[in-house]
Amino acid sequence: MSMFGSSVWSATIPDYEGRCLVSFSSTSPLTLCLLLLLAWCMVGFAGMVRPFSLAFVGRTLFPLGALVGAALAVVAATSLTQAPEQLVLPIGLPDLPVHLHLDALSGVFLVLLGAAAAGISIFAAGYFRQGEGTAPGLLCLQYHLFLASMGFVLLADDAYAFMLAWETMALSSYFLVTTQHRIPEIRKAGFLYLLMAHLGAISILLSFGILQGGSWHFTFDAMRAAHLDTNWATVAFCLALMGFGAKAGLVPVHVWLPEAHPAAPSPVSALMSGVMLETALYGMIRVSFDLLGQPLWWWGLLPLSLGLFSALYGVVFAAAQTDMKRLLAYSSIENVGIMFTGLGLAIVFAGVGMRAAAALTLIAVMYHALNHAFMKSLLFLGTGAVLHATGERNLGRLGGLIHRMPWVAWLTLIGVLAIAGLPPLNGFVSEWLLLQSFLFSYKVPHAFINMLLPLGAALVALAAALAGYVMVKFFGVIFLGQPREPTLQKAHDAGFAERLGLAWLALGCVLLGFFPTTVITLFGTVTKQLGLGELPLSNAPWWLLLPIPERESSYAPLVFFAVILVVVALATVSVRFFYHQRLRTGAAWDCGFGGLTSRMQDTAEGFGQPIRHLFQPLFFIVRELPSPFDTKPRYRLEIGDRIWRALYEPLGPLVRRVADKVAWLQQGRIATYLLYSFVTLVVSLALML
Amino acid sequence: MRVFDWIVQLMGIALALAAAPVFLGWVNQCRAWLQNKSAPSILQPYRGIRKLVHKDAVIAQNASRLFRLAPYVVFGAMVTAAAVIPSIATRLPITRAADAIGLVGLLATARVFLSLAAMDIGTAFGTLGARREMMVGFLAEPALLVVIFVVSLTSATTALPIIAERLAGQSLVLNPSLAFTAVAFTMVLLAENARIPVDNPATHLELTMIHEALLLEYSARHLALMEWAAALKLFNYACIGFAVFIPWGIATSDAPLGLTLSVMLLGVKLTVAGAGLAFIETVSAKLRVFRAPEFLATAFLLAVLGLLVRLLLGE
Repeated sequence: MSMFGSSVWSATIPDYEGRCLVSFSSTSPLTLCLLLLLAWCMVGFAGMVRPFSLAFVGRTLFPLGALVGAALAVVAATSLTQAPEQLVLPIGLPDLPVHLHLDALSGVFLVLLGAAAAGISIFAAGYFRQGEGTAPGLLCLQYHLFLASMGFVLLADDAYAFMLAWETMALSSYFLVTTQHRIPEIRKAGFLYLLMAHLGAISILLSFGILQGGSWHFTFDAMRAAHLDTNWATVAFCLALMGFGAKAGLVPVHVWLPEAHPAAPSPVSALMSGVMLETALYGMIRVSFDLLGQPLWWWGLLPLSLGLFSALYGVVFAAAQTDMKRLLAYSSIENVGIMFTGLGLAIVFAGVGMRAAAALTLIAVMYHALNHAFMKSLLFLGTGAVLHATGERNLGRLGGLIHRMPWVAWLTLIGVLAIAGLPPLNGFVSEWLLLQSFLFSYKVPHAFINMLLPLGAALVALAAALAGYVMVKFFGVIFLGQPREPTLQKAHDAGFAERLGLAWLALGCVLLGFFPTTVITLFGTVTKQLGLGELPLSNAPWWLLLPIPERESSYAPLVFFAVILVVVALATVSVRFFYHQRLRTGAAWDCGFGGLTSRMQDTAEGFGQPIRHLFQPLFFIVRELPSPFDTKPRYRLEIGDRIWRALYEPLGPLVRRVADKVAWLQQGRIATYLLYSFVTLVVSLALML
Repeated sequence: MRVFDWIVQLMGIALALAAAPVFLGWVNQCRAWLQNKSAPSILQPYRGIRKLVHKDAVIAQNASRLFRLAPYVVFGAMVTAAAVIPSIATRLPITRAADAIGLVGLLATARVFLSLAAMDIGTAFGTLGARREMMVGFLAEPALLVVIFVVSLTSATTALPIIAERLAGQSLVLNPSLAFTAVAFTMVLLAENARIPVDNPATHLELTMIHEALLLEYSARHLALMEWAAALKLFNYACIGFAVFIPWGIATSDAPLGLTLSVMLLGVKLTVAGAGLAFIETVSAKLRVFRAPEFLATAFLLAVLGLLVRLLLGE
């Protein structure tokens, strides 16, 4: 016992002024989280010991990283019921210690990070093979630094620490995206990602610059205490939205996302889509509800409208994709759109003083973020397994894999049903909560706005229904039907580690769907700490989700599932009992036409055709039709992004023109450059004096 | 009293299971009469199911487990929906398990499984049907949700039994927003149940099929379950319509007299609604498949218009 007793330790390091700067205690969740994040870094650096040994990195380090992730999730979950903690570490520049904190909001996102990372790391243990470009050890370092930096983003309590972690996150993920750096397209995608990440970072930096409000202290506490006038606060909010929106992939700053996410190896795509996008959401919630204090109601309209547009835009483009990972990347844009829609709605509610409605909406948003971490990681890992088994990303060359890869297929099916928002899985719960909170919006005391807001619910419903379409396409074309290529017959199922990772995430989808009341009660701490109050859940039984008692709208996933299960079981049993059970297999009937080949199935293009047709104005379509006299007829269809052509393509020549003008400064003579230095010195001196 | 609630609940489910094929038979009978044909018996759907149950099941060689599982899931989803919808009484145990949004989710689950099963064999008609079914669904589902939003703004709840109770308690006035949504709901009902302007349940031409194309590879017991589930779906939609637009007569307590009255009234409502459905199907022509999205977009916009009218007129 004494051994366990001595494991509780504490240490205090006083600084030069005698203030208690660091107070460690092994029982404090913040210290534990910090240690676990450091453990991730250590695991990463351990990869450099034997950088080319796949067995060491894959069999030892990645499972260790997964254990750290699971531990982080557990520690963060226990912290949700405790009071917020702060910690000041005297590292970094003199007089600029690193401030860390752990409140319920950080805790929720740490749970998300830890739990998703655990599943993804276990999958990655079996996934990375030789020939992925970067050496396994280096990959392990980049991967774990990426994880740890996301953790530090969530723990940071001052702008320096936040930006440091944010940039580490961007850089490590950039190197992960360009793992296969010998392929020019991937280098290009990585560059675009890096560029957008830095534009976003500058925007966030400027936002923090305004938020400090003249105090020149960059701790978050100073920002909370600063009183900004309305105009500056608005500018800070818009900059933050621009910066975090660029990371989250909000339209119109989404262009990097469908390029970078598919380029990365699948576990990295899963981390980027499932976790990194959510850290951007965390940043936005932190700025709007915590640092800015009381948000103005009309700020919310901006994320709300951008979010709705992103949701529809993302899902419509997802329906038109033929590359399975690009399809998922566009689906991420849709989900981010739904989250930002909710965030905007929560800001509107909070701004007009409808605090209970704001709390419900914010809970729906966080629930959706948690769900998305599980669902999207699961789907990306599923595509990774398919990619390894077949070497194909193109939907047009897949099909029928449910026979060859039953584990991957059935586990992916759970993710597909969840992300399509079908009960009783988790995607439905957050959608249900969001729609419920939209039904409050007619009470917003602003004429005209209170009529437009409920229409947002109609658009969310449309996006959700379209997500179902996209997911049927995704699953049906990859896993069902006949194999479209003969090589697919040799596809093999995923290995043990990969199955374990998939099963972990699928289990998450199921549990989050089955026990919504528990999850929401935990989220209640967040809204309470943000000053929005908790939801009145107390008088309902634990299995019944009843977020607004006076409205009597209830949802009980367990009962729901039990009823379906009982009916299915009764139907099966009665068929066994009453029916003669004769079953024959034969060739597919196909209305007796015969000569069925795999080319007769719908292609991915074919399945997306109705959507492409209906939403034509959104797409930029180039079509090459064969003429009747072609000896080798060829049909080509190219679908482009209108926003890319309208907004980004003109930027290149513009930058070049400006650069040409500026280049005039470079005369190429030492004397001129010395003159520049002299003028600069004089001007600075004049300013100083 | 709790036990009695469960008995009523089970009776409701049994009634739905038994009445659904009869309701479908009634619609078919009315349609035949209106079209000057000699009508099949009202029990014809039952005979169809019986015939199918006696046959040997044949499935394609490359069918996966999903193909064999889907009929049970679809059937299970429809029976659960029947348990959730307040068809004869409002205060029943299972009705709290899902509100109207949950119900829409449940119907979507059935649709997704149906479409996935149709893609499983990999025939041209199956995938074509799946694509069309999802195309109809992605517009019909939000339209139905908006209809529910309008009603829930009027009754301040999304729980279907409570909607029925609160609307039944209102005085009988013509509510313009409900009029818009009733039209939208009827359009959704026609589309979702593969009725005439969107799909033809009696078609034999594969290229125009939607719902039938999904079932082409099914036979015997699986087909019987699918057919029964389709009949239940029509019955469920009708009952959703009754609960939302003509909720009068649904029993709010479990007094036996009220229940008996409620069952009789349900019969009357179904008879009238079935005749109306047959009438609509007879007077309208089938749309080209490419026109179906326009039809559904109209339904969606009508529902949104209903929402706007509801918000404009206020309380």
